[in-house]
Amino acid sequence: MEKMSRVTTALGGSALTGRTMHCHLDAPANAISVCRDAAQVVVAGRSIFKIYAIEDEQFVEKLNLRVGRKPSLNLSCADVVWHQMDENLLATAATNGVVVTWNLGRPARNKQDQLFTEHKRTVNKVCFHPTEAHVLLSGSQDGFMKCFDLRRKDSVSTFSGQSESVRDVQFSIRDYFTFASTFENGNVQLWDIRRPDRCERMFTAHNGPVFCCDWHPEDRCGAARGGSGRVARMGAGEGCLRTCTAEGGPSPERRPLSVSWTSRRGWLATGGRDKMVKVWDVSTHRAKEVHCVQTIASVARVKWRPECRHHLATCSMMVDHNIYVWDVRRPFVPAAMFAEHRDATTGIAWRHPHDPSFLLSGSKDSTLCQHLFRDASQPVERANPEGLCYGLFGDLAFAAKESLVAAEPGRKPCAGDRRHPIFFKRKPDPAEPFVGLASSALSVFEMEPGSGSMSWFADTAERYALAGRPLAELCDHNARVARDLGRNQVAQTWTMLRIIYCSPGLAPATSLNHSVGKGSSCGLPLMNSFNLKDMAPGLGSETRLDRSKGDTRSDTVLLDSSATLITNEDNEETEGSDVPADYLLGDVEGEDDELYLLDAEHAHQEEPEYVLPQEAFPLRHEIVDTPPGPEHLQDKADSPHVSGSEADAASLAPMDSSFSLLSVSHALYDSRLPPDFFSALVCDMLRFYAEQGDVQMAVSVLIVLGERVRKDIDEQTQEHWYTSYIDLLQRFCLWNVSNQVVKLSTSRAISCLNQASTTLHVNCSHCKRPMSSRGWVCDRCHRCASMCAVCHHVVKGLFVWCQGCSHGGHLQHIMKWLEGSSHCPAGCGHLCEYS
Amino acid sequence: MNRGGSSPSAAANYLLCTNCRKVLRKDKRIRVSAPLTRGPSAFIPEKEVVQGNTVDERTNFLVEEYSTSGRLDNITQVMSLHTQYLESFLRSQFYMLRMDGPLPLPHRHYIAIMAAARHQCSYLINMHVDEFLKTGGIAEWLNGLEYVPQRLKNLNEINKLLAHRPWLITKEHIQKLVKTGENNWSLPELVHAVVLLAHYHALASFVFGSGINPERDPEISNGFRLISVNNFCVCDLANDNNIENASLTGSNFGIVDSLSELEALMERMKRLHEEREDEEASQEEMTTRFEKEKKESLFVVSGDTFHSFPHSDFEDDMIITADVSRYIEDPGFGYEDFARRGEEHLPTFRAQDYTWENHGFSLVNRLYSDIGHLLDEKFRMVYSLTYNTMATHEDVDTTMLRRALFNYVHCMFGIRYDDYDYGEVNQLLERSLKVYIKTVTCYPERTTKRMYDSYWRQFKHSEKVHVNLLLMEARMQAELLYALRAITRHLT
Repeated sequence: MEKMSRVTTALGGSALTGRTMHCHLDAPANAISVCRDAAQVVVAGRSIFKIYAIEDEQFVEKLNLRVGRKPSLNLSCADVVWHQMDENLLATAATNGVVVTWNLGRPARNKQDQLFTEHKRTVNKVCFHPTEAHVLLSGSQDGFMKCFDLRRKDSVSTFSGQSESVRDVQFSIRDYFTFASTFENGNVQLWDIRRPDRCERMFTAHNGPVFCCDWHPEDRCGAARGGSGRVARMGAGEGCLRTCTAEGGPSPERRPLSVSWTSRRGWLATGGRDKMVKVWDVSTHRAKEVHCVQTIASVARVKWRPECRHHLATCSMMVDHNIYVWDVRRPFVPAAMFAEHRDATTGIAWRHPHDPSFLLSGSKDSTLCQHLFRDASQPVERANPEGLCYGLFGDLAFAAKESLVAAEPGRKPCAGDRRHPIFFKRKPDPAEPFVGLASSALSVFEMEPGSGSMSWFADTAERYALAGRPLAELCDHNARVARDLGRNQVAQTWTMLRIIYCSPGLAPATSLNHSVGKGSSCGLPLMNSFNLKDMAPGLGSETRLDRSKGDTRSDTVLLDSSATLITNEDNEETEGSDVPADYLLGDVEGEDDELYLLDAEHAHQEEPEYVLPQEAFPLRHEIVDTPPGPEHLQDKADSPHVSGSEADAASLAPMDSSFSLLSVSHALYDSRLPPDFFSALVCDMLRFYAEQGDVQMAVSVLIVLGERVRKDIDEQTQEHWYTSYIDLLQRFCLWNVSNQVVKLSTSRAISCLNQASTTLHVNCSHCKRPMSSRGWVCDRCHRCASMCAVCHHVVKGLFVWCQGCSHGGHLQHIMKWLEGSSHCPAGCGHLCEYS
Repeated sequence: MNRGGSSPSAAANYLLCTNCRKVLRKDKRIRVSAPLTRGPSAFIPEKEVVQGNTVDERTNFLVEEYSTSGRLDNITQVMSLHTQYLESFLRSQFYMLRMDGPLPLPHRHYIAIMAAARHQCSYLINMHVDEFLKTGGIAEWLNGLEYVPQRLKNLNEINKLLAHRPWLITKEHIQKLVKTGENNWSLPELVHAVVLLAHYHALASFVFGSGINPERDPEISNGFRLISVNNFCVCDLANDNNIENASLTGSNFGIVDSLSELEALMERMKRLHEEREDEEASQEEMTTRFEKEKKESLFVVSGDTFHSFPHSDFEDDMIITADVSRYIEDPGFGYEDFARRGEEHLPTFRAQDYTWENHGFSLVNRLYSDIGHLLDEKFRMVYSLTYNTMATHEDVDTTMLRRALFNYVHCMFGIRYDDYDYGEVNQLLERSLKVYIKTVTCYPERTTKRMYDSYWRQFKHSEKVHVNLLLMEARMQAELLYALRAITRHLT
């Protein structure tokens, strides 16, 4: 019978014709339905109920079914449906709960046929049986579904969903007796029309109301055409698409690689308020979600596209007025989009059950539209076909059209690419009309081991010394750390900082014109020498000057035994000479191991060869900066002691001889530069590092230099650096370092980080109740909770305990005890360990 | 605060109804003794509320979890008669006040103050003045609207309309607020604000409807708190709340009266239930019934001569609550009946064309994510909440009654359900109840204990609180529907 109907309604050789067009209705439409001849459409709404003929160029109003003087609520339609077997039969659902059938064959003006007033609340949906001429189903807000036989005056059977509000009912196209109903609470029920007592199956499909459902129209033979092998391949392709678009890592909801569908006869699409369209396979024992499309607004209607197995059209009742046609296997980008309506689309219908190119729609904006598929806009075309994403561990995944990737020859040798690119290929499906499903390639790039790792960061953070030692030592230490980790630029920066801020007292023990030979042999003594000589730990030259002023006025203050080689005259002379460059950097990047030692003259000669950036090391500074007059003299007087006066040249041997080296020559007068002379420079340097992303350097230098530069960088920037650095440290679980940084910071906003949540709650060890007032006496059981196992006194401060036997006591006592014994002091026999 | 004895200031803390005032004027010697109202509500005997409370661990847990002030306030105490509902209420309230949202925290509280001020609800105002300051609001703003940024001031119009005549809100109002400019509102912000406004208008209804007492321990006065004006006339409260209410103990004729009243109601419900099947009213009839109900709501209040405030009297009261008015503009603007005689016909809001479930939810959730789910749950909860009891009777299906209450409120705001027979309202809701509903939803500040007591005398207090919850949520939904519809229209 069904086959016959198909034959009669088939296009009969002549395809449908028409164009994209629309016509204005008098009132907003709530629903539309197409006659089986595909030439007429009925539009129903609160105050409209008309039949339009679809002609090639326009819609023509054929019949107004809304007759009678007084508008009745029975005519306020929530839904309308045209029988697919009988072109004279229509049914409407009214907002007041009445179901009306209409017979167009009636000779009278009023075509109203029957009136069923059995529902107590609004009827949301009516549905004719696809093959049976007299069976009508309705679903209402009151939670009931009723089945009517049009030959009788009242319902044949009533189905109770045991829930508020039925939103949609649909007869299965395949199973004669089955229908699906969807509910406001998110459930979908499958019923056998012969068994009104309870539903066959129920499953929760959506979060929130399920507004609509639609059975897949494809019949059994159609399904047989689709082989399962092809499907499996598509599944794989889908997975690829997923991983590319999903953020980070493999998507947890990755599609199963093989979807076995021997038939789509049990496929049911549901759309809900949760903005999803889901496709369920209900043919198996348990309803299984096979596809899920995420839309941007709640889904009001869903309709499978005829002749296209995986396509369905959706529209929304709110916010979004467009109609989308989705390929369910490609759930992220709609295959086609119709954007004609200016208000919410309320009804959609494919014009003919075997023609995929004509879609009709009615809308709240009071228009009826016919959309032609070829006129649809295809968002895919505007989509960016490449995807790029970073993984958690620095891996980079890149997906693009295969053609695009293949065309690029240099893909393979890409430096960091250790894995071979993974290709997911999708064989073109000849039956598939959607050509957009091109194959794409996914490449995953791994970071080169080490290069992406941040171990240097953690190492540096842990090994840097930030306080507690003289500045010079700190700088040197940090320089060494940096060099050890192969970060030469940073190392040099530290060295330079040392020279800038503490060179006077720290110049190496080599005298002028002494050249330090190559090799690492000089490295160690060099260090030693300034360690020994360091006399004013942690103080800048300023303070040293001050002190010396107070101490003695002597021209030559020789606080250091080895610092005697240069006299004042020398000093003066040197100053008088216009040696321009004070520092010279050797070429650093691992070209040679040579160590340049340059004295002032040498530097002078060499100058043209070692051109330094002007802004980094200003040349003729002494003229501007050296104060004249008595202060000048005073300076000179002080300088020997400060600088150790013997050292014009600071030379640093690289710790790692395979790497570059730095050689600095500095003239004696340098020490007389005001210490803040460089601060602008240093600040620039810090900003540079911070901008490079190395906030560690910025903060470390800031802390080490302390007052010397702090005032030159505004509070906010400092705070910003501090917070980013602390944040980073905490991500690396470097709690101690982060705490140290917080402690050392001078910014109030930062140091108060340590003040937050400092309370530690203790429970009594006897009664297990929290101890509120004091930490050592329990208010409830009046016992001292924490006794030292060694001295048997109450521990009021630091309490250290063994995590194995939970005995403990004063930190000092336990430490001492465990030095002598490995057993627990409490005598419990546990072998405690203190680390 | 309420225990001031006979000090004149204590008396001044209560509004005086016209009647009492007359008496007072006549007889100066009468000493108005301030009533002893203990407990969270002036209407409900303390033990009714507390009883349920001490047992309830759940409530305490909820308060800890969701209360912004961190303590069990009187509203929560009264609501805790319905713990199920309380949870969804507190969750949604907490979400709009404290969780991620487009508006800064102090603004949210200020908007709450503005909303509560429309109904002179000093209880809510005080509560949020504290919270406002606690969340870092600028104290100066509390001096009144002139001190707040223009942007917040712009909310005034919509606040006023929402509170009293939500059907007047049009997309033009929305456009005015969101149009680009210095003080414009973004849509998410606006939706957040609208939700807050509707919530606090409705909550004000609940506060007055349940006679919520001022908090016992007002924290150190920060100068911005209002004098706790209890809007109940002393004569209402004169019957001590500690002793059982006369009508409830039933020492007099009341018992017979109310018993039969209850029986009659049950009888009517039953009949309606049966009738449904056979008698079917014509369409015209249905429409007229709605219109009739709408019209009738006009006269509902005027019958209560004793306690209705003639306009002039009400303005006198304004003086007392003058400090409230600094948060509002146009204080004279009040509820006006939707169906006014001789006015241009306002189109009825067809519920089916813009429902909360289909449309309101989607819009609200889109612009202010997740609040939709919380509100949805709250509406559902209050609508389906039932213990299947009615006063002394058990196993009663109260769906019909709940629906009548809900739809009657919507009816007064001009929202019509096509599938509802408004004849039911007439059958189920007696006149005194209608008076109460109308007062609580439309001008809650005029609610009196007498009104509260006069309906459903046989019912338990917890059931009356349930009624209040229904009224509150129905009102909130009505306001939201109008506001959201306007926003939708603005969007399309």
